[in-house]
Amino acid sequence: MSWAAANLWLIAAFPLAAAAVLAVTPRRHRRFAAGLSIGAMVIGFLISLCAFSSTLANHGERVPRNFDWINVGATTVKLGWVLDPLSAVMLLMVTFVGALIFIYSVGYMAHDENFTRFFCFLSLFAAAMLGLVMSNSLLGMFMCWELVGLASYLLIGFWFFKPSAAAAAKKAFIVTRIGDLGFFIGMIWLYGETGTLLFYDGGNGCLEASALSKLVAQTTMGGMALSTVISLLIFCGAMGKSGQVPLHVWLPDAMEGPTPVSALIHAATMVAAGVFLVARTYPLMDADPANIAGYSTALTVVTWVGAITAVFAALIAIAQDDIKRILAYSTVSQLGYMMVGIGVGGYAVGMFHLITHAFFKALLFLGAGSVIHGMHERQDIREMGGLRKHMPLTFATYAGGMMALAGVIPFSGFFSKDEILLSASIWKTSRWPFYLALFGALCTAFYMTRQMLYVFYGNPRSHAENVHESPRVMVVPLIILAAFTILLSIVGTPILPLFHEYLTGHHGEMGSGVVTVMLISTGIVALGLALGCWIYARRPLTGADPLESDIYYVLKNKFFVDELYELSVVRLNAWSARGLRWLDDFVWQGAVMAVSYVVLGLAWINRLIDEFVVNLGFDKGCGGFRLGARALAFWQNGQVQRYLRFIGLAAAVMVALLLWGWRK
Amino acid sequence: MSLQHYLLISAMLFSIGFAGAVSRRNAVLVLIGVELMLNAANLNFIAFARYARNPEALTGVIFVIFSIGIAAAEAAVGLALIIAVYRHYQTIRLDRIDSLKG
Amino acid sequence: MDLVFWITAGWTIASAGAALSFRNPVHCVLCLVLAFAGLAAFYLQLGAEFVGFAQILVYIGAVAILVMFAILLTRTSEVQEEQRRIPWGGLAVAAIVFMSLAVAIRSSTLAGAAPVSEPRPTVKQIGVEMFQGPYVLAVEVAGMLLTAALIGAAVIALQDSPKRQP
Repeated sequence: MSWAAANLWLIAAFPLAAAAVLAVTPRRHRRFAAGLSIGAMVIGFLISLCAFSSTLANHGERVPRNFDWINVGATTVKLGWVLDPLSAVMLLMVTFVGALIFIYSVGYMAHDENFTRFFCFLSLFAAAMLGLVMSNSLLGMFMCWELVGLASYLLIGFWFFKPSAAAAAKKAFIVTRIGDLGFFIGMIWLYGETGTLLFYDGGNGCLEASALSKLVAQTTMGGMALSTVISLLIFCGAMGKSGQVPLHVWLPDAMEGPTPVSALIHAATMVAAGVFLVARTYPLMDADPANIAGYSTALTVVTWVGAITAVFAALIAIAQDDIKRILAYSTVSQLGYMMVGIGVGGYAVGMFHLITHAFFKALLFLGAGSVIHGMHERQDIREMGGLRKHMPLTFATYAGGMMALAGVIPFSGFFSKDEILLSASIWKTSRWPFYLALFGALCTAFYMTRQMLYVFYGNPRSHAENVHESPRVMVVPLIILAAFTILLSIVGTPILPLFHEYLTGHHGEMGSGVVTVMLISTGIVALGLALGCWIYARRPLTGADPLESDIYYVLKNKFFVDELYELSVVRLNAWSARGLRWLDDFVWQGAVMAVSYVVLGLAWINRLIDEFVVNLGFDKGCGGFRLGARALAFWQNGQVQRYLRFIGLAAAVMVALLLWGWRK
Repeated sequence: MSLQHYLLISAMLFSIGFAGAVSRRNAVLVLIGVELMLNAANLNFIAFARYARNPEALTGVIFVIFSIGIAAAEAAVGLALIIAVYRHYQTIRLDRIDSLKG
Repeated sequence: MDLVFWITAGWTIASAGAALSFRNPVHCVLCLVLAFAGLAAFYLQLGAEFVGFAQILVYIGAVAILVMFAILLTRTSEVQEEQRRIPWGGLAVAAIVFMSLAVAIRSSTLAGAAPVSEPRPTVKQIGVEMFQGPYVLAVEVAGMLLTAALIGAAVIALQDSPKRQP
C-alpha cells in the first residue's frame, strides 16, 4: 500500500484540526485564521496529488483500508477509507477548488467582523466533505454527510441576525433531513441484509459481488428487487442533498449565505455529494434481476428524476432577477443533468460533468460575488448594466464560465454535456430524457445570455458610484478557474477520453452518433444564444422584462412549489405540532400534575398524622411522665421527718411480713 | 415481772421517741427523740440480759455500755451539726431546711 | 416488786411523753432528764448497777447538759411554735410502729419465760469480761471513736475565723 493510501485520512484531518483551532481563536486574529485554513487545504491538495499519482501508478486499482470502530459484543462496526480513481479525482477537485475559494474569501469577507468564525466553518465543511469522499463505509459517509449538512446550515445562516438567512438555513437543514431519512432507512436495511456497511472489504463489502447477488435475489414490496428498493432509498438522500425535484426548494434560498459559501457548497461540492453518492453506490444501483450492465430499475428512476429536474429548474431560471438565484437554479438544473448522465451512461459520464461543473459554476459564483462586491452589495440584475467597462477581468472570466455552462466548444462544459447527451440518445429505455436534456440545454443557453446582457451590457442602470474591479486576491482565483474550464476539456474529448478511462478502467463506448450529437447540441446552443440576444439585446433593458406574461409570472414564482409546500406539508406539520402541544399541555401535564397532587396529598396526610397522632401521643406521654414525676416528687420534699415516717412505716410492714411468714 | 412487760415498756418508749422525732419541728427536739429511742433499745438489751438463758455471758450489759458511750459521742456530734446548721440557715426549723428536695 | 415496776414505768413514760410535748424546748430537756432517771431506775431493778450509774453519769450528766446548751445556743425570736397543731400523721405512724412491735412481742414464745436466776454482774466481772474477753478491740475502737467525735464536734461547731487582711 502506498504511503498516500495508508494516510489518506490526513487530507481530512488537517482542515479538521484547523477548524478546531479556529473555534477557540479570538476574533482579531484574522490573518492567522485565513492562513491556517488555506494552509490546511493546500497541504490536503498536495497529499491528494500524491494519492492521485499513486492511483495512476497502480492503474486505478482500488485500495481500501478499514479499521474497527466500535465493538458491541460479537458485532464490530467498521469504518475505513478507500483510494481509487473516483475518490482521488474528487479529493483533487475539492481541495483545489476549495483552496481557491478560501483565497477568494479573504478578499470578499475582508469587511466582515466574523472573519475568523467564517474560516472555522469553512474548514469544518472542507474536512467533512473530504471525509465523505474518501469514506469506504456507508456509515462513515452518512456521518460526514450529516456534518456537511451542519456546516451548510452554519454557513447559510452565517449572518444569523438577518431573519431571511436564519429561515433559509433552517429550510435547508429540514428539507435535506427529509431526504436523509430515506438514506438512513436504506442504510439500516442494507446493514440488516448484508451485515456490513463497508463498500470494499476483500470480497465481503456491500458493493461487492456476494452481497449484491444476495440483494438482487430477494424481492420485497411491490415485487421490486431488494437492491432496487435500497438503491431508491439511498437515492432519496441524494435527492435532498443535490436538490432534485421535489426536494430542490432549499437551494435557491441558500443563496442568503455569503457568496463564497454559495460557490463552494452549493455549486461545487456539497450538492455534488448527492451525485457522488450515486456514483459511489453505482454497483448497487446497477444491480438488477435482469442483469444488463448499465440498465436497472433504480437507474431508470434516477434518470427520470434528473431529467425532470433539469428542465424544471432551467425554466424557472429564465424568470429570476437575482444574480445568484439564476445561478442557483442553474445549479439545480445541472445536477439533474449529472443524474441523467449516471443513469444513462454510467458513473464516469456523470462524474465528468460534476468535475467540469464544479470549476465553471464556482467561477460563475465567484464572478457574481465580484459583481456584487463591485456594486456595493446589490444583487438585482435589473439594477445593473454596462459592467463590462468597469470590471473587465470579471467580465472576461464570467464569460468563460457562461460559455462552459451553455456548452460551447472548446470549453469543458461542452464535452461533459455532450457525453451525457450522447449516452441519452442511445438509451434503450426511452428517448425522452434525450429530448428533455436538449430542451434544457436550450433554456440554459437562453437564460445565461439573458443574465450576461442584463449585467454586463447596455448602459448602466444603477446610480452606484465608484464601481470598480475587485482586488487581486479575488480576481486571481477567477482567472485560475477560468483557465481550468478550458484545460479540463483535454481529459474529456471523445477522441481522447482520458477521464472515462481513468475512472472505469476501460474505453468508453464511442457510438457512431458522436458527431451527430455534437452538431445537434451546438445547434441548440446557438439557437438559445440567438434567442437570448434577439429578445434582450435589441432595446435598452429598462422597465419590465420583454417576456412579461402569465407564463413568465408562473416561472418567476418558481411554479409556486414553495407555496404548495406551505399549504400542505408545512400546514400539516404545524397542525400536528399544535396537537402534540395540546397533548403535552393536558395529557402529560395532567398525568404529572396528578402524580404531584397524589404526592401532595400524601404529604398532607403525613403532616396530619405527625401533628395529631405523633405529637399528641408524644405530648400525652410527656404529660404522663410529668404526672408521674410530680407524684414521685411528692415523696422527696426535703423534709427529713417525712423520710423518717416512711422508714417507720416500712419497718412496720417488714415486721408484719416476718410475723405472717413465721406464723405460716 | 416478765420479760414481756419490760419489752412492752421499751416498745412504748421507742414509739414515743419515734413520734417525737417525726413530728417536732425543732431539730434539737428531734435529737431528743432519737436519744429516747436509743435508751429504749438499751432497756431492751438489759431486759434480755436479765431474762435470757445465759445470763453469765454479760453480752447485753457490755452492749449497753458501748451503746451509752456511742450515744454520747453521737449526741455531741449531732448537736455540733445543729449549731453549724443554725449558723448557716439562721433557723433550726426542719420544715425550713429542705434544700435537698426532689 | 410489781408496784416499783409500775411506778417506774409510769414515771418514765409520762416524762418521755412530756419531753416531746412541751412548747418550750428547755422544758422538754428537763423532762428528758426525768426520763433518763426513770430508765436508770429500771436498770437498777434489772440488776445492772454499773449500767444504771453509767446512765446517770453519762446521759443526765453529759448528754442532757449538751442538749440544753444546744437549745440555748440556737434560740431565735420565733422559738415559740405558732399554731400548735397536733401532728396526726406522725402519731399515726408511731402508733403503727408500736402496734407492730407489740404484736411481735406478744406473739413470741421467748418472752413468757420466768427468770432463771438473779445474776448481778459486778464491775469486776464486767471489767474482766471487757478486757480479757473478746471485747478488747471494741473497747479500743470505742475509745478512738470518742476521741474522733470530740474533735469532730469541736471542729464543726467552731466559729469561722474572721478573714485576715493581706
